[in-house]
Amino acid sequence: MVAMPTFTREEIENLGRLAQIALTDGEIERLKGELNVIAESITKVQEVAGSDVPPTANPIPIEAYLRPDEAEEPLSQKEALAGAPETEAGMFVAPRILGEE
Amino acid sequence: MTNTQELVRLSAAQMAEKIRSRDISSRELVEAELEVIEAAEPSIDAFLHVSRDEALAQADDVDKKLASGDAESLPELAGVPVAIKDMIVTKGIPTTAASKILEGWIPPYDATVVEKLKAAGMPILGKTNLDEFAQGSSTEHSAFKRTCNPWDTDCVPGGSGGGSAAAVGAFESPLALGTDTGGSIRQPSALTGTVGVKPTYGGVSRYGAIAMASSLDQVGPVARTVLDAALLQEVIGGYDRRDSTSIPKPIPPLAQAAREGARMDLHGMKVGLVKELGGKGYQPDVEARFNEGVQLLQDMGAEVVEVSCPHFSYALAAYYIIMPSEVSSNLARYDGMRYGLRVMPPEGMEQTAANMMAVTREAGFGDEVKRRIILGIYALSAGYYDAWYGSAQKVRTLIIRDLEAAFKQADVLISPASPTTAFKFGERMDDPLAMYLSDVATIPANMAGSPAMSIPAGLSKDGLPVGFQFFAPQMRDDVMYKPAAALEAALEKQWGGSIYQSMKTPWLGENK
Repeated sequence: MVAMPTFTREEIENLGRLAQIALTDGEIERLKGELNVIAESITKVQEVAGSDVPPTANPIPIEAYLRPDEAEEPLSQKEALAGAPETEAGMFVAPRILGEE
Repeated sequence: MTNTQELVRLSAAQMAEKIRSRDISSRELVEAELEVIEAAEPSIDAFLHVSRDEALAQADDVDKKLASGDAESLPELAGVPVAIKDMIVTKGIPTTAASKILEGWIPPYDATVVEKLKAAGMPILGKTNLDEFAQGSSTEHSAFKRTCNPWDTDCVPGGSGGGSAAAVGAFESPLALGTDTGGSIRQPSALTGTVGVKPTYGGVSRYGAIAMASSLDQVGPVARTVLDAALLQEVIGGYDRRDSTSIPKPIPPLAQAAREGARMDLHGMKVGLVKELGGKGYQPDVEARFNEGVQLLQDMGAEVVEVSCPHFSYALAAYYIIMPSEVSSNLARYDGMRYGLRVMPPEGMEQTAANMMAVTREAGFGDEVKRRIILGIYALSAGYYDAWYGSAQKVRTLIIRDLEAAFKQADVLISPASPTTAFKFGERMDDPLAMYLSDVATIPANMAGSPAMSIPAGLSKDGLPVGFQFFAPQMRDDVMYKPAAALEAALEKQWGGSIYQSMKTPWLGENK
């Protein structure tokens, strides 16, 4: 069994970066306490997961198949853009992707 | 409100019958429900949005078809209104998942289940409250409002589908749709005395149901009677090519099974009592009502045997690895780019897309959602992937095997649906683990993809409903409807009417 992880402040800051969530100091402190309690209760899954047990991803295995190749009306450009925070000339407007260069 | 009061207390099947016989119009029924919604909402707060105009237009449409003698071509529930959990997208009607990140979003398309309701001529009354992105067991994690339990407005209605359960329980709607990832239909049904069903995974299309944990999510019915739930599941169920996990087979006849059950004859049926779902952690009142239900099943001729599902005790732990992992992936789409909230970084911070995303997601997601995303990202990260996620997927296999073995000994399995009755607001908000334990009896069915349902089994000493759960094998949802309808009939015979006659409903203008 792999030992139970300990969530440190640095670890949670890093997870916040991976999750693209600008966690506040207060949130990080609280998550530290909560995640360690949760981790303690879930790490026991390893007790029964023997190497002879196959994993399940989808409980109802369906064989992959192709649907009939029929054309249908997609969303219009107007509909697709209707919920966007900002649009211009029929396109989504995003803040700049790169840092200051 | 006398006529209204009588009308809204009918079952959906009775309402449908009255519409078909032209005794009432769909418009009259929808107006009655809208009147109750207006009167009840100040104390219940089940709805995030009431789609009054749309519902009345849909009702008029059905009435026109009926007037032209078209009744036979319409499905059984035509004209009967329904409420929809705000986790399911509705074209032109705001859909928020009870999150600030989707506040004000108007979807450009309908979920398959919504298309099916419209095709069946069922007016949509509005969108019901839930825990943000269906993550919670009390509806307290909604970003917008708190929904009260109609049996005691100091108590939660359960969650995440507390809005749908409370709306149906309070007679604001005869029917509702929910989504059930770890118990979000059945646990609120248990806590509000309604009937809630999680169909077989793949039995109802998930197209247009906002994704939480895709290998566990399932859409299902909420109703006040077993037959009503069966009729609604028949409307929404069946193959959909837009959902790659949809089962390409017809669903078994459910209403027929419910009607058979109402004859209260269970001779030849073997019922398996799940040993692991009881005892420590289960409220004595819950166990007492459950045991009385078991006795009634025996009195109707069922043979009750004890079955063991030893890996159920690992289900909650495995669920809290698999579910947050899938949540962290599914909720990555809320990036402030194409729809939903966008918050620009404060002055002094670079105005980049990455900073916008981080600031938007910080502002748009609530505590529980953040907790699960962070946990999920961790579970999927290098170092713990095999130990946690890999092991959890193996536990899933073991739970499926437990159920397969149990269904060799019994036709249907039973347990309490929730270890406790409704709890007070705030009671579990500071203790995530205590909240997570609310779903200990419902999670195994999600892990196994098998169908399960909760029906009311009576009241605790303090007058709160207790839920009785039935499990059936995968793709055999019909198997649980028969004993559930039988138990409902036997209990109602004992009570001299439905459980709702014990509920105080000041919003209906009585019991003041």
